[in-house]
Amino acid sequence: MTAKGVAISTTGPMLRRKSSSDDRAMRLFVLVIGVYLIVALAFPLYAMLSKSTLDSKGGFVGLENYLAYFNTPSLVYSIQNSLFIGFVTTSITVTIAFVLAYALTRSRMPGKAVFKTVAMIPILVPSLLPGIALIYLFGRQGLINELLFGHDIYGPIGIVIAEVFFTLPHALIIIITALSIADARLYEAATALRAGSARIFFTVTLPGVRYGLISAAFVVFTLSVTDFGAPKVIGGDFNVLATDIYKQVIGQQNFEMGAVVSVVLLIPAGLAFVVDRIVQKKQIALLSARAVPLEPSPDKKFDNLMLVYSIVVSIFIVGILGVCQFAALVKFYPYNLSLGLSNYQFDLMDGGGWASYFNSIEMASYTAVFGTILVFSGAYLVEKGQGLGPIRGTFQLLAMLPMAIPGLVLGLAYIFFFNSPSNPLNFLYHTMAILVISTITHFYTVSHLTATTALKQMDAQFESVAASLKQPFYRTFLRVTVPVCTPAILDISIYLFVNAMTTVSAVVFLYSPHTTLASVAVLNMDDAGDIAPAAAMGMMIFYTAAGVKILHYLLSRGVESRTQAWRVSVAK
Amino acid sequence: MSEAFLKIENLTKNFGQFTALRDISLEVFEGEFVCFLGPSGCGKTTLLRAIAGLDIQSQGSIAQAGADISVLPPSERDFGIVFQSYALFPNLTVEKNVAYGLESRRSRRNEVSRRVEELLMLVDLSDQTKKYPAQLSGGQQQRVALARALATAPGLLLLDEPLSALDAKVRAHLRMEIKGLQRRLAVTTIMVTHDQEEALTMADRIVVMNHGVIEQIGTPEEIYASPASEFVAEFIGTMNFISARTASAGQCACEGVPLDVDTENMSEGRPVRLAIRPEDVELHLGDESGSNNETLGVVESLEYLGAFVRVTLNLELWKTRLQADVSTGEAHRLSLEPGASVSVTLPAEKIRLYSLDS
Repeated sequence: MTAKGVAISTTGPMLRRKSSSDDRAMRLFVLVIGVYLIVALAFPLYAMLSKSTLDSKGGFVGLENYLAYFNTPSLVYSIQNSLFIGFVTTSITVTIAFVLAYALTRSRMPGKAVFKTVAMIPILVPSLLPGIALIYLFGRQGLINELLFGHDIYGPIGIVIAEVFFTLPHALIIIITALSIADARLYEAATALRAGSARIFFTVTLPGVRYGLISAAFVVFTLSVTDFGAPKVIGGDFNVLATDIYKQVIGQQNFEMGAVVSVVLLIPAGLAFVVDRIVQKKQIALLSARAVPLEPSPDKKFDNLMLVYSIVVSIFIVGILGVCQFAALVKFYPYNLSLGLSNYQFDLMDGGGWASYFNSIEMASYTAVFGTILVFSGAYLVEKGQGLGPIRGTFQLLAMLPMAIPGLVLGLAYIFFFNSPSNPLNFLYHTMAILVISTITHFYTVSHLTATTALKQMDAQFESVAASLKQPFYRTFLRVTVPVCTPAILDISIYLFVNAMTTVSAVVFLYSPHTTLASVAVLNMDDAGDIAPAAAMGMMIFYTAAGVKILHYLLSRGVESRTQAWRVSVAK
Repeated sequence: MSEAFLKIENLTKNFGQFTALRDISLEVFEGEFVCFLGPSGCGKTTLLRAIAGLDIQSQGSIAQAGADISVLPPSERDFGIVFQSYALFPNLTVEKNVAYGLESRRSRRNEVSRRVEELLMLVDLSDQTKKYPAQLSGGQQQRVALARALATAPGLLLLDEPLSALDAKVRAHLRMEIKGLQRRLAVTTIMVTHDQEEALTMADRIVVMNHGVIEQIGTPEEIYASPASEFVAEFIGTMNFISARTASAGQCACEGVPLDVDTENMSEGRPVRLAIRPEDVELHLGDESGSNNETLGVVESLEYLGAFVRVTLNLELWKTRLQADVSTGEAHRLSLEPGASVSVTLPAEKIRLYSLDS
């Protein structure tokens, strides 16, 4: 007997593996990122919840603020308004997106790539921008305001049009994905059984995308209920929850009531989030590895119909953008329609001038760099870490949570947490760092999911092999994981950059006089009545985001061609 | 025999309520090639992963080369591993993959490249060094994975279904190649497989597993010729089973008709299963010998399998159906065809007997 030391009995305690230096290092890193999420997310949310139960002097008043809230008809009315906007926007957006997605996946019309690219444009602009375009189109001196037949664009009509513009790409991506996983064999079977095209549509197509549609509906609902940009610009007297938070905090300095409204806004967002998670799981289960991709067959009449439809949707999107560009260039609408760059003299306006624009670029770059490192490392550690057990579950939950937290709520929570004099992290308040932290946290979930998906596609045994070869985990991470996941890493950094450029909601509470941002400048200039410069700044954001997207495209192509030799099998 | 190289004692692995391994004890000797064989879910991979330290056992100990490695992490154990998926790093060339475990060991660069060259020669891939895994065939990838696992000259080589992803021809070829390599390097090797042919052709000893326990450990000959349990008998090769009851010593009763078998001191009246391999069933033309073990069978169907024919027979006497393998020539001589009658002998010494009430 040479095996000695360990006393064996079948009822003894469970053996535990001795930790390797890798295990210890990984645990430390998980802890660091976990602490980040707790400090940047859990603590501020807690601070906000507790604030909603305090009076303005900091005394505990229980649910008194909530009672006051529900006894103020003007505030409660906003709940109804928000839900109304949510439902109307959801039905319109999902319908438009479904037909467009159908055209893009199931027809053989020409120009699909162009239409898809155009439909993605709204992602590249702040949600304030469509509102500005609508003012120019349908406002009191609008270009075509007679089309409204006397209705006022300021209010629900304007908000809904702006939200449809803003939410369309999000719904489109989800529905396109759902439509493209269709199995051609199902359609062949249905045709062989002599089902008509209408019957096939209702028995094969719709059931196949039902989870995609539900998921899209919830995403659109959440976005439109929590969005702040559109109602701020074009809402007029039509109050919604998001604008109420802003008014309570910025207008009336009533932080406690702001916290109460935030908690109210968390409810629909949280519900939508939970339902979406459940549905997403079912959607994945529908994916069959052996599905044969569907090749649409040509049908002249149908293809032309879809083409006309896609052109109409594209005109809507490009039109909104074009009007903004027009507004930015016209010297003094509607009195002097000559074009020029006078509206780009941001330094002459409120909102921080050109410095805001460069601050935004700086902030977006930091967010992209640090956010990508943080998110990807975090996802890697959670996916590949050994024996992390309950830590992994907690981490996963924390990583999913930001999706359910509206930006405004997060921003307000940051005020409560970081501005508290007793907080040792107080020094972060009013710095560039807090803007970066809040933005990374705000957009954490989607980035995390992108990273997780890429990591799951890697061979689960890489780490085992590396351990057997006695290689430290970080070597495999840097030499194998990162190169293989480069496309996903690029996706994440671009996603973070673009969103950091366009976001208004979280940062609107957190910027300081020397860290003003372009998107906030759009808001403030619009507020001050400088609508044309606001449009000009909005277009600057668009051009920057679009430029970065094009750069991303070229980079991805470059990476693809450079790594083509070995990527053949990984791509599958 | 000398001290075991790998000594596993009372190993148990639980996943929640489910027991994947139950009190496994096993010894593997230096230079030996051992196969863990069993159907999916039998616990063979779990056992391999416990030996590697990838999924640690709930209880029990493992000692390798005299040292207790029971709770060591994989990086502190001494083994090389090849997975079914090969897990080759897709972005590294063949030579970089093979060199992966060598580079950071402070060895000098030309030493590393010499070792890589040597290993690629060993697996016959010297001309593929600059290629990426995706540019190689499945069999070639397999060999790269093998070279990578052997690069650090580990004391123990673990192979987790290494041939399952390959097509039949390549698999048969690689079987011989891996076995030859293992013999030359004399590296102690454990291979997990569900393919009995693989186990029978490659292993020095086979560990047959089922439901988390070891059913039998033995050489391929022992496992095939004297399966220790009904499970092994059924799992390895093809086997005919006949239900019976022990009668007086040396006899069983099948449907009330006596049959000579070695009853191994079993008491009378116990329900048993008699087992005989198709190739051990003797067919001949009607020369009645009066033996208890001979009867008339009616040919139900013939299955042509190349070198031999598998005959399905209906035996009225024992109310059973069984299969017999005869050479193609023999089948002609006996004029076997559906409906034909033929004498069938089940030689007593070829019948194995399994108690049913265990």
